[in-house]
Amino acid sequence: MVSLRVDCAWESCKGHGFFGWSRNRGLERRVADESAVMTGSPTRQTGSISIRNVSKTYDPAGACVTAVEHCSFDIEAGQFATIVGPSGCGKTTLLNAIAGFDTISSGEILIDGAVISSEKKQIRPGPDRVVVFQNGALFPWKTMMDNIVYGPVRQKRMTRHDAERIAVELLKRVGLVGVQDKYPGDVSSGMQRRAEILRALINQPIVMLLDEPFRALDAVTKSVMHRFLLGLFDDSPRTTLFITHDLEEAIFLADKVIVMTTRPARVKIVLEVDLPRPRTMGITRSERFRQIKESLLEVVHEEALKAFQSGEREMA
Amino acid sequence: MSLNALPLKIPDVTVRVLSYIRGALSVKTLEGVASVVAFVALWQAAVFVQVPYISNLPYPADVWNSFAEAARTENYWISWAASLKRIFVSFLVAQALGIPLGLFMGMSRSFKQILFPVFEIVRPIPPIAWIPLAILFWPTEELSIYALTFIGPFFVIVLNVMQGVASIDVSLKRAALSLGARRIDIFWKIMLPGALPSILTGMTVGIGVAWNVLIAAEMIAGHTGLGRMTWEAYTNGNIPLIIVGMASIGLAGYLCSGVVRFIGQRCMPWKNRF
Repeated sequence: MVSLRVDCAWESCKGHGFFGWSRNRGLERRVADESAVMTGSPTRQTGSISIRNVSKTYDPAGACVTAVEHCSFDIEAGQFATIVGPSGCGKTTLLNAIAGFDTISSGEILIDGAVISSEKKQIRPGPDRVVVFQNGALFPWKTMMDNIVYGPVRQKRMTRHDAERIAVELLKRVGLVGVQDKYPGDVSSGMQRRAEILRALINQPIVMLLDEPFRALDAVTKSVMHRFLLGLFDDSPRTTLFITHDLEEAIFLADKVIVMTTRPARVKIVLEVDLPRPRTMGITRSERFRQIKESLLEVVHEEALKAFQSGEREMA
Repeated sequence: MSLNALPLKIPDVTVRVLSYIRGALSVKTLEGVASVVAFVALWQAAVFVQVPYISNLPYPADVWNSFAEAARTENYWISWAASLKRIFVSFLVAQALGIPLGLFMGMSRSFKQILFPVFEIVRPIPPIAWIPLAILFWPTEELSIYALTFIGPFFVIVLNVMQGVASIDVSLKRAALSLGARRIDIFWKIMLPGALPSILTGMTVGIGVAWNVLIAAEMIAGHTGLGRMTWEAYTNGNIPLIIVGMASIGLAGYLCSGVVRFIGQRCMPWKNRF
């Protein structure tokens, strides 16, 4: 089947000059992508993120609010990292800078050793760093299927037909059957979140960026979503940055928990989570999990107290 | 047994007609009919028992006779056609200019800062207040009526679209960019569908405003149209015909809103209700 496709590609290459050639390249990439999505193994084990001394100041001329200050940490390729910290401390600012939605005031952000964002440079948003948003951002006017295939079809990496085939496969794997032709507004919020994660995943991003994606879900749906996300991660580990303020969630999902201070956000501590994978809910009752959680609680409590007191100061 | 389960292959058209009939006999429709019947009965009763002032009204039957008489004349239908044509043209032009203007004002801050102050001063002027100027300004009465009927819905649609664009969640835009959309895609694939609910709200309100202005303009400046017909009935002292005119205007407005609503449902299948 693959060889037949390559033949077709060759035909189009001969017939159409440059455009034939670029289409041909697209086809080759498509074949590679497809096999990767289907087998679940990433084509390349890259995607290390390095945050080096990053600061972000809003409105440098006027009010001068520092959201992030001298922030440094590393996420290795294929690692699952969670960022926890008080609400409004600047976690999203960092994520936006990596995604390319926002600039930074100083410092550098590197992916695979290349600077993507600095004082002078802002990377464009792109499908190699797909974001899943806090309040959900499925396009309400597109069906679930059209939402999921939007990326690869838009980028002309797959034909609609192939993208839909893969989407159906993915939907089946995560237990979303019979919702393809529905609109996001007609399905539950848990289903919406799953579809949104699939919409990101089908692009085979180097880095997945999730900004409190399960914040609005109830506890039961949330635990189902954790299992879903871990299942996808175990199938094909890829660098993931997950923002949350739920400590159990942070430990349960992550290889590395990064604790941020209250505004201006700095890195308070980086905790390595050495729990074995694949993880099940049972692991949350293990002694090791409890130890990690306790040490994390201590640090976070300290920060929360500071936030509380600074809030009181501001009020006074 | 449902229709689809019948062994015979029923043509699509038949199925559709049957479903229309089923729709026409629904509880909602019957309630609507009952409400109209009750209104007419109340009117009849009020005139019959000589309620002060209301007793000046003709009986419903007189109005009906007047309508039957008018409906036989060509003039009555020419009035309908004239009014509908004016609404159609003016409303279409208002949408064609207002939707893009609203989109640009919603998307570009500088564009908005330049236009919005003037817009906000001109907007509160009731369209009827434009009548004298319109009559003086345009070479023909017909053109002044078109212009007046254009002004009413124009401001409504611009304002609605502008606010609709502003209220689109920034995450949707970012999500699209992150999935590989280009700038041009953001306009056509995010801004436009995102603003569509507001566009259709603007159209629904706008069509009502358009009828308001049209009737006033016809009464003052026109030679034809439902508004003119009603005004002439007044100058001739023909009360039943006045009411026929009013009811015709009401019906015409209702039909136009229905069309707008229908278009809305067609354009936005993701909205269950509009």
